[in-house]
Amino acid sequence: MLTIGNYVKAKTPEEAYELNQARSSRIMGGMMWMRLSNARVKTLIDISGLGLDQIEETEDEIRIGAMCTLRQIEQSEAVKKLCGDGIEEAVRHIVGVQFRNQATVGGSIYGRFGFSDVLTAFLALDTYVELYDGGRICLAEFAKKKPDNDLLLFIVVKKKKRQFRYDSIRQTKTDFPVIACSVSREKANGQETWYFAVGARPMKADMIEKKWSVAKDASLEKIEEYAALAAAEFKYGTNMRGSAGYRQHLAKVLIKREIMSILSEEI
Amino acid sequence: MEIQFVLNDKQVKAEVGADTILLNVLRDLGCKSVKCGCETTNCGLCTVWINGKSRLSCSVLAASIEGESVTTLEGVEKEAAQFGEFLADEGAEQCGFCSPGFIMNVLAMARELQNPTLDEIKEYLAGNLCRCTGYMGQLRAIKKYIEVKNAEKKGGKEE
Repeated sequence: MLTIGNYVKAKTPEEAYELNQARSSRIMGGMMWMRLSNARVKTLIDISGLGLDQIEETEDEIRIGAMCTLRQIEQSEAVKKLCGDGIEEAVRHIVGVQFRNQATVGGSIYGRFGFSDVLTAFLALDTYVELYDGGRICLAEFAKKKPDNDLLLFIVVKKKKRQFRYDSIRQTKTDFPVIACSVSREKANGQETWYFAVGARPMKADMIEKKWSVAKDASLEKIEEYAALAAAEFKYGTNMRGSAGYRQHLAKVLIKREIMSILSEEI
Repeated sequence: MEIQFVLNDKQVKAEVGADTILLNVLRDLGCKSVKCGCETTNCGLCTVWINGKSRLSCSVLAASIEGESVTTLEGVEKEAAQFGEFLADEGAEQCGFCSPGFIMNVLAMARELQNPTLDEIKEYLAGNLCRCTGYMGQLRAIKKYIEVKNAEKKGGKEE
């Protein structure tokens, strides 16, 4: 059961950060997972008044406030323009609309949950997080860090021309994924780079990149070979939703489908 | 602490603790349509609208809704009754326990989506669980309700 001593609605990021330095303080996101936790929180810090609930688009990046809801990124035209249907696909399976109207992007990213579709999706994009104290660091690096008392302000996606796909397997609708994979391809200065992120392994998502030149008319066998190579670079675990071997098999299948989908796209 | 917010278009006050959940405050204020089901954000029984968006009141801290606007089924009785007739026509209710949260989300969907497909309806309502009906009657009721609402909007009111 979660018990909370004091509730404070922070007026500035500085106030939120200072309050969060106490060991028994916590920042409040959408409260979806914290509510289910067994914890005694002395001070709960509400950052909903800090204007972090907007998606801003500039010439070279999309800046998503930490308090934007999953529903906002699902419906954002700017996100759709950059990522196609990939982000929508990543979040549309998460419980229901009411849940997604409440769960925040910051909560998902900061939590670095093993089951997170959101983290898996953003890892295959050129994504950074902006922290109050830690400044801007790339998401892959942030995902590997241990949770600390910093304050997540923004998730920033660079507007690089990446073809992006997301797919997951669930045993039942609205459940956590058994496996989740996102794949993207970037072509710059004659160099082709593929990014593969696999989440719900069931450990938290990780990302690898490969300088592969995959021919548009590559055979199915060749694509399966690439998919197997990529899937084999991740570690998998076993839990009630699936064994490590099954997860690796599914990762290979999803990555294959995503590579095929990217290759078939006219650019 | 004392909070003030708008509940079904009326300004209300409530004395809450730092960890009081909105669902309990709403029931204490007489909105008994708001039910506690799973308490794990999965079932949708506790669905209310906060500033017009459907949310799960079992996971909203009461303290955080200071100054906000909350709508429960009691605040949209006329619309709910209209949709309820479609549910009745299709034999789409059994125990009825899920209905308040379900209806709140259907009405939110009808406002948000102009002419949803069956897949879009299923996806929108994925967070509302019903253990009795199997959903088929409810889906028929929603399709017919939306058809009638759309016809009304166009000015060609159907029987």
